[in-house]
Amino acid sequence: MGIKKEGIKLINEDGLRIDGRKPDELRPIKIEAGVLKRADGSAYIEWGKNKILVGVYGPRELHPRHLQDPTKAKVQCRYDMASFSVIDRKRPGPDRRSIEISKIIGEALENVIFTHQFPRTSIDIYIEVLEANAGTRCAGLTAASVALADAGIPMKDLIAAVSVGKVDGEIVLDLVKEEDNYGEADVPIGYVPRTGEVVLLQMDGDLSYEEFEKALNMGIEACKKIYEMQKDALKRKYVKVATEIVEEVE
Amino acid sequence: MEENDSVFEKVREIVVPGEFLGKDMNNGPWTYRIGNEIYSMRLGIKSVRGKGVGVVPLAGKYIPKVGDLVIGIVSDITPNLWYIDINSFNPATLHVADVPWRVDFGFTGKYMNIGDSCLAKVKAVDETKIALLTMNDKGLKKLSRGEVVEISATKVPRLIGRGGSMINMIKEYTKCRILVGQNGRVWIEGDLENMAMAIQAIKLVEEKSHLIGLTEIVKDMLENAKRGE
Repeated sequence: MGIKKEGIKLINEDGLRIDGRKPDELRPIKIEAGVLKRADGSAYIEWGKNKILVGVYGPRELHPRHLQDPTKAKVQCRYDMASFSVIDRKRPGPDRRSIEISKIIGEALENVIFTHQFPRTSIDIYIEVLEANAGTRCAGLTAASVALADAGIPMKDLIAAVSVGKVDGEIVLDLVKEEDNYGEADVPIGYVPRTGEVVLLQMDGDLSYEEFEKALNMGIEACKKIYEMQKDALKRKYVKVATEIVEEVE
Repeated sequence: MEENDSVFEKVREIVVPGEFLGKDMNNGPWTYRIGNEIYSMRLGIKSVRGKGVGVVPLAGKYIPKVGDLVIGIVSDITPNLWYIDINSFNPATLHVADVPWRVDFGFTGKYMNIGDSCLAKVKAVDETKIALLTMNDKGLKKLSRGEVVEISATKVPRLIGRGGSMINMIKEYTKCRILVGQNGRVWIEGDLENMAMAIQAIKLVEEKSHLIGLTEIVKDMLENAKRGE
């Protein structure tokens, strides 16, 4: 949370936010599945001004071999921001923040993947942030689960993720960069809609118990909307193929 | 949703992981059960048969199954076995006891070396899903001539067609010998021009597998190619 400059108003008199959204309104989201030809599965997401590309490879043989687990697959995730993704040039390569996000996204996805189906293998997820405007870990996780499904990997469910926060004393959904920088709190939530599990939850800033509960509920409601978009993205790609293959199989 | 009068109720519906499939039914392939509710595990097509519900996957890697005919490429050799890449997630093993030649210890490379391809059968699959292959069966051999092309393993049924209609048509037009492995590899042998034509046809099947009347499209393509000769 940065220090707010005097005179910056993040919520105006009408209760609208800096980009004209209502407190519980999402930014426009566009998801596309199967955009990379050479990857086993892929997805591209445009979430407001965020642009993220995700590639999934595997299950494939895990090297070095001493890391192989004879009982299950290893989920390896790499979150990376392009040097041109933010206004100030980002020094390329993994840093403290990227390593943390890679870890939490990988662990969130491990909850839904049936890793026991693919012993001794690795499932590699590469999340490349091309353009960032706050909420990239949520957008990355959302796109990564679409890419995993596109790769044909068995999963319990897709994960939908969104960030909730507190800006000018009010709980708002899906923060943009200004709200993230000058707001009071930021809570990314990763949610499994079918089981109701929360697989990712972090908090930067302070919220009271009541505020947190309100934020969590707001996030979960938004995740359900995002989940529908994820399903739609996958079905859009495959709906034509579907009718044909069943004819051959049956 | 579509229902037939027959005993088999056919439903053509695309499902994503976690999608509800049915209640109080038997769970088929690529589904999981919680209580008496059945959910999809993978992206695919819902297929209902009687009281069972399953998913036919639309994407994903080849998973070895006992009895499958596969086309493998030797990726590594040891004194008494070959490691064969079968387009799956782990390499398969082929032991010297399972080949039609008498191989002395340490002479595996004399018969098949790294990069060679072979037609083999999946003899067994262990609990870590590593396949054991065999070449001791009718028609199984080292593929020394011809060319191997790769397509997605989920599109193999489409390339073969109903009762082999598609592949037989390609064979007829191109006069090539073609073998289709369940792992998505296709071996072609014939004249150079005919082989190019066959490869073009196979790639067309993969690319346009979702189109209705694909057999006609491929037929047109093959006829045009023949006329152009």
